[in-house]
Amino acid sequence: MSTPGTYGSNLKPYAGRLFIVEGIDGSGKSTQLTLLAQWLRSEGYPVVFSEWNSSPIVKATTSRGKKRRLLTPLTFSLIHATDFSDRVEREIVPSLKAGAIVLADRYVYTAFARDVARGVDPHWVRSLYRFAPVPTRAFYFRVPLEIALKRILGGRPKLKWYEAGMDLMLHGDIQESYRGFQSMILTEYERQVQEYGLTIIDATRPVEVQQRELRAAIRPYLPELREQALVP
Amino acid sequence: MNAFESLGIGIPAVDPSELTGWLIVIEGPDGVGRTTHVDLLRAHLERQGYAVAETGFTRSDLASRGIRRAKQGNTLGSNAFNLFYATDFADRLEHQIVPALRSGFVMLTDRYIYSLIARAIVRGAEPDWIKKVYGFSLKPDAVFYLRVEVGELARRLIYSRGFDYWESGMDLPMGEDLYDSFMHYQKRLIDELDVLSREFSFHTIDATRSVEAISEELCSQVSKLLQTGRSAETGNGRVSL
Repeated sequence: MSTPGTYGSNLKPYAGRLFIVEGIDGSGKSTQLTLLAQWLRSEGYPVVFSEWNSSPIVKATTSRGKKRRLLTPLTFSLIHATDFSDRVEREIVPSLKAGAIVLADRYVYTAFARDVARGVDPHWVRSLYRFAPVPTRAFYFRVPLEIALKRILGGRPKLKWYEAGMDLMLHGDIQESYRGFQSMILTEYERQVQEYGLTIIDATRPVEVQQRELRAAIRPYLPELREQALVP
Repeated sequence: MNAFESLGIGIPAVDPSELTGWLIVIEGPDGVGRTTHVDLLRAHLERQGYAVAETGFTRSDLASRGIRRAKQGNTLGSNAFNLFYATDFADRLEHQIVPALRSGFVMLTDRYIYSLIARAIVRGAEPDWIKKVYGFSLKPDAVFYLRVEVGELARRLIYSRGFDYWESGMDLPMGEDLYDSFMHYQKRLIDELDVLSREFSFHTIDATRSVEAISEELCSQVSKLLQTGRSAETGNGRVSL
């Protein structure tokens, strides 16, 4: 996992903690992370929330590329790495140095799953993200494809072109393409569970049960941190 | 002449054996006269009947605006800038360079991955990492490196457009004012290009000479390269020997 020259080699010790959630669309990971943030704040911890694809400068280019369908698997991968790198440098690492608890909704594993599903070389993309700090704990919300699809396709029928993997030309119908693409992404996630020691959360259970498990899993990393952060 | 090779993983879904044009790179620091020489070389090749296309940094449809915006405010992380340039380059590779090579054009590029690798290394990127990032690139048929010392660059710039914020590495910065920073930054860039020049076998051209002398050397070297690459039978496009 800490092979030099690839993702996993940035193990710098920071004062803060980094917890991340991963999973396919409809796995409920964002709901869980929001609940976790509220709890941590109410406990008095300094919490920083970092979302995938949110660097202000890079976002405009990504949106333009998506809207005008300019992105290929290669540039899709690179523009997301650019965005992520900006957030690492300007948001994640400074917050970790300051002793914050950084919560990230999606992390490098999203890129590894999506880009490889799009045909990008798996070793290349892992090396592309070498700069990324390794999270304290990474949680993978595992859910069967059909359940996730029902949640997404039931509630929000307007799918976006790249999100549905239409660029791969798997299927002319956007919903069918989405199904196929999500299934490929799921396979790539499962591959990473072992590779990166992701902590599996069974996302078919009630929300509050998952939340209890999540809190219990991160609690051992917290107390000492709070004291540290409160020292003037 | 053999089919194109990639420096690493290659471009997803592109078969290099379908590319029949030539990829010629002009490298060199800011203000050395690359643009002038690309123009002269283009005219020379067109006179000889070659179809010529050209590209240069931040000319991609995808990322050029974003990079321009990011440069205005200096608000993008330094490593993110490295990757933004890589995105711009990848877009041009896939949408400008590859289509031109597929149609048998001579593609002249005003700088290539080498300048981008050099600027990343000067800003603290690990050399083997940034080289691996550019592993999707095509290996050019030739890289001509217009080389001068940094003192000569500075002399030329005070006679022309002066010192630019980014060309002086003021985002770092490497000195107390534009001039000091320019001297240190461009010196480091030239040092890195020198290292890359050995690693990737550039043809170094002494760019302290007159424009005419440099252009003559460049044009004759490129013509020679293209002639030996032509297929005798078809007279059209590169062939594997």
